[in-house]
Parts: sequence; C-alpha cells; structure tokens
Amino acid sequence: MNRRDFLKNTVKGIAGIALPLAAFEFVNPRELFATKDDNAKVRWGFLVDTYKCVGCGLCVKACKLENEIPYDANVSRTWVERYVITKDGKKYADSPKAARDGFTTGKIDLGEGKFQEIRNEDIEKAFFVPKLCNQCENPPCVQVCPVGATYQAADGVVLVDRTWCIGCGYCIMGCPYGVRFFHPKYLTAEKCNFCYHRISKGLKTACVQACPFGARQIGNLKDPSDPVTKIIMTERVGILKEEYGTKPQVFYVGLDREVK
Amino acid sequence: MVHGELWTVKELFVYPNEYIYWSVQIVMYPFMTGLVAGAFVLSSLYHVFAIKELKDIARFALVFSFALLFAAPVPIILHLQHPLRGINVMMTPHFTSAIAAFGIVFSAYGAIVASELWFLYRKHFVDIALPLKEKPDKTLGEWFKFIVFCTLTLGVYDVSEESLHRDEKAIKVLAGIGIPVACFLHGYAGFIFGSVKANALWMTPLMPVIFIMSAIVSGIALCMLTYIVTMEIRKLVAKKKSASLPRHETREELQSAEINVIRMTAKYLLLFLVFAITLELLDLVFRGYTAVKSWDVLRSIIYGKDFTDIFILQYTVGNLIPFILFLLPNLTIRRAVLAVLLVMFGVFMMRWNVVIGGQAFSLSFAGYMHYHLPIIPHDWETLKEGFFGALGVFIMPFVLFYFMIKIFPIFDLKESH
Repeated sequence: MNRRDFLKNTVKGIAGIALPLAAFEFVNPRELFATKDDNAKVRWGFLVDTYKCVGCGLCVKACKLENEIPYDANVSRTWVERYVITKDGKKYADSPKAARDGFTTGKIDLGEGKFQEIRNEDIEKAFFVPKLCNQCENPPCVQVCPVGATYQAADGVVLVDRTWCIGCGYCIMGCPYGVRFFHPKYLTAEKCNFCYHRISKGLKTACVQACPFGARQIGNLKDPSDPVTKIIMTERVGILKEEYGTKPQVFYVGLDREVK
Repeated sequence: MVHGELWTVKELFVYPNEYIYWSVQIVMYPFMTGLVAGAFVLSSLYHVFAIKELKDIARFALVFSFALLFAAPVPIILHLQHPLRGINVMMTPHFTSAIAAFGIVFSAYGAIVASELWFLYRKHFVDIALPLKEKPDKTLGEWFKFIVFCTLTLGVYDVSEESLHRDEKAIKVLAGIGIPVACFLHGYAGFIFGSVKANALWMTPLMPVIFIMSAIVSGIALCMLTYIVTMEIRKLVAKKKSASLPRHETREELQSAEINVIRMTAKYLLLFLVFAITLELLDLVFRGYTAVKSWDVLRSIIYGKDFTDIFILQYTVGNLIPFILFLLPNLTIRRAVLAVLLVMFGVFMMRWNVVIGGQAFSLSFAGYMHYHLPIIPHDWETLKEGFFGALGVFIMPFVLFYFMIKIFPIFDLKESH
C-alpha cells in the first residue's frame, strides 16, 4: 500500500466509523426523554401580590443567606423595587442595595450618591414590586449560552451548572429582566432558581417563607387545585415585559403600567 | 467586589444586578476579528477578482491576516471569568448560541488562510529546504532552519511548472471560499450583538452587515498602514545599500511603487467606507422614524450622553475627515497615513459605541450606566480588562507579524503568482 492509498483508506475508515457513531449520538434515549417535557407533572410558577408588599426586604435578606450570595455584594437573586409617582407626574424608582435592608428612608436613590427627597403630600401613588427570575417558558439566557451550562429543567426552572459555565456573560446580556449576574466567589453566571434545592424537597422558597405578608407564593401551574394556579386562572394578573416573547412564569397581581 | 462594579457608575433607576459586564476587551474582539476579515478580503480581491494593482499588497495582507488571526480570540479569553474553560465552547458547543459557532468558524477560517499561505509559499519553502538538504556540514542555525522549512514543505518537493500552476488554481479556489467565510466570521460577530433581543441598541438585523463593512474598512486601513511602514523601512535600507549594491532597487523605484499601491487601495477603502456609513445612518434614521418603546432612552444616549463619542469622534474624526483626506487630489503618503489612522480610530469608536453604548442605559429604560476604563492596573482584573490589556491585544499581531515574515517573506520573492 502506498502513501496515497493509505491516507485515502484512513479517511474512508474514519468517516465510516464516525457516521454510525454520530447516529448513535442522535438517538440517545435519555436525551430524547429529557427533551420531551410533556409528561412532567410539575411546572413551577410564581405569584407576586404587589398590594401586599410593604418593601421590608426580608425576602431579599432570606434569599442572600439561603443561597450564599455574599451579604454585602451589590448583587442579589431577588430584589424589591419602589415606585413613587408624584402629583406633578414625575416618576421615580429605586432599589437601594436590592432592598436588602428594606426602605428605611423616604429619599429616592438616584445613583451617583444623590438622593431625592419627596414630601408625602406630593405623592400621587407609591408601591413596591418584588422581582426575581421569571423562569421563562422561552428563556433567552438558555438560548445564548455557548456551552449549554445553563438549561431548563423539565419543571420549567432555569438552572446554571457552575462547573461548566465559562463566564462569558452572554446570558447576562440576553436576559431582558436583569436577573443574572456573576457570582462574586464562583465567578460564574448566577440567578434565582426558585430555591431549587428546597422546592424539589417539598419546601417553599426562602423568600416565600420569609415574607410576613404573603406577597410571594410559589405553586405548580400543572395542578389546577394549587392555590397559585387558581388565582392565575381566575383573577387578573400581569407579566413583565411581554413584548420580548420570553413567556415569563412569574405573575403579578396589581401590576402597574409604570413598572419597568 | 462584583465583576463590573469597579468601572460602572449608575445613574437614576438601574436594576441592582446591572453593570457594564462587557468591557473594553469585548470592544477589542470585534475590532480584531474585523481586521482579520478585512485583511483577508483585501488579499482576495487580487487572487479572486484578479485586480492586478493590488498584487503587491495582496500577499502582504494575507500574511498579516494570519498574524491577526492568532490575536483575535485573545480578547475573549482575557474577558472570560473562567478562561481555562474557554475550550468548552469547542467541546460542548450549544448551537442555539451565536458564540458556539466560534470554534467552527474560526478553525475553518484558520485552515483556509493557512492552506492558502502554504500554496503561496510552497516554492519558497522548497527553495530554502533543498539546498540546505544537500549542504554537507550544516551549522546549528542551518540545522534549525532546515528542520523548520523541511517540515513546512510537508514532504512535497515538486516545483515543476505544471504543479505551480495547480497551486495557483488552489489559491484562487481557497481565496474564493475564504471571502464568504471571512465575512461569516465577522458577520457572526455582528450577529452576537444583533441577536440580543434584550438590548435595544444592539438588536437590528443590519448589525452583521454593518460589522462586515466596517471590518473591511478597518482591515484595508491597517494593511495600508503596515505596508507604508514596511516600505519606509525598506527605503531606508535601500538608501544605505545603494552605495554598495548598485543593482538593488533604488529608493525612487520603491517610492513610486508605494504611492501607486496606496492610491489604488485607498479607492477600495473609500468604497467600503461609503457602504458602512450608509448602513449605519440607515439604522439610525430607521430607529428614529419607527420610534418604538426604547427610542426615548436610545435618543438620550445617541444625541445626548454619547454625542461626542458617536458624532464627533466616530462620524467626524473617524469617517468624514479621512473621507475628505482621501478624496482630495494628489494623495501623498503622509496624508494617507493620517487618513488610515483616523479610519482605524473611527472603526474602533464604532465598536466602542456599540459595545459600551449598548450598555450605557439600563434595561429599565429609566437609568444610565457610565463606563470608566481602568487605566492604571492595580490587580489582575484591571490589568486584563483595562487599558493595558487592550493595548497588549492590539500590539500582539504586529509582534507576530514580525516573526512570521521571517518564514513568509513579503518582499523580494521570486515566484510566479
């Protein structure tokens, strides 16, 4: 056999082996099963009643402690926003330290170390809105991850594999809700995962458990008798940033048009 | 401190987790890949479309494109929070992501440029390796040279007229395939930004095309600049040698060759510059005309906070002034140098205004973020994602180019192509 034939046969051989191996890869039954989430019995959803939220920040505190997000780092898996609309039509919003310590002053945080004092009598309306990952049905963060380190579980929760994330930040850029950030210690993408370690054991999420007013609730959207599902089905609820087509699964009671 | 917090200043209502996560290295990434693609397209203009006037700069551009190719992924690696896991993109590519294609497109492109270079320089390798092979007592340096060039021939020593003709055909085919691949390499860099629906400034289908056009502009500009610099060095050498070697090219010959090449190349640069500006303005006009929800905040960025960066530095200094400089009759080398420097600056500012400008406003559309580039490094992060990290990335291809032309000589090469 001369060199030419040897090379030819080698290429043929490799191609011949690669083809059936690739086919085998395509029909991996476990992968097929994982992609078919129709038979999943659970679809986690979240309900926020903005009328009940008082902006105490206990949910943020509980979340940080439960999920080991460095307490003083200026990032958080969940946060609470305060909206103030004055009688002259001006709109203000802030979330100092992600509302970890609640809203202890009437001054609005304008960033760059500036604050705006608003007199109570000037306020037309004011309210609080808790935010967390929307566990979208069509998550853009999962779509853009170049290595598949972030993925959607069969029950709808979007998770991050800290051992595989390369830290490119594309998912952070891709999320229209700004829920993602780099974990200060692990240097990987980090986000709310509905306290997956708790809900998969039948517990409530840390924020739901910590809320003294019942403003936050978690439930199984596939169970029609679940109290959360009942409210979503029978009452008027809103979702955030519908225009992005992400199909968020966190529903809000009393959502105002001013909510960003 | 959280990644990004150091160089981000927030104004008004910004979500707590928002920072400028994509910093100067992500500006460098499209800038460098743009130079790669542009240099390659310039070299292909000669090889594929047989534009004879570009012959001199074509080979030069190809070698430079190869040097730039190695520098292109460096900014991404410097930006990654886990640089050692960067290889995961090749190991487990997740194909719904624009970045996942990087490994494939980049390798394919690298292979094309490498093979084209090989066909172009095959005869040169043989010419060096064969005499060394026969030489009986080689010095250590000659042994090294022999091993390097012997390996580079890949065992093919056939330099007959017929086989060289086949090489030429191969180069033409590779250059032909290379153009769409180079455009794809850079177009997809534009797609990385253009497909982010969460970012109001980035999301436009025009983004990949705008990126390709400005890439070609910057690539041609850089090739022209490097060409002028090397020619000036050669002129100095020619001046020194003219006394001892009367038959060597004279300084005047080089001078006239140089200005001819530069004038010809400048025409192509202008052509692509017009395309690039037209598309960018179209994008701007369209955004203003349709005025969707995000327009209020975008307008405050484009016409307000980033006005100097966009309209003064990018469009005026980086586009309009060099445009006039090139169009004025009797283009001189000195004017060309100034113009290409401004063009490259303009393209850099365009990348800057896209990457940093796209993060200058909050996803809430009710707040802003200001970027402060770390200049004096005080830790690893501010070094690699600061001014010196970016500068290092920019210098890298020139250093590589210096070593590469020892293997791939760009001048004084006797061959048929």
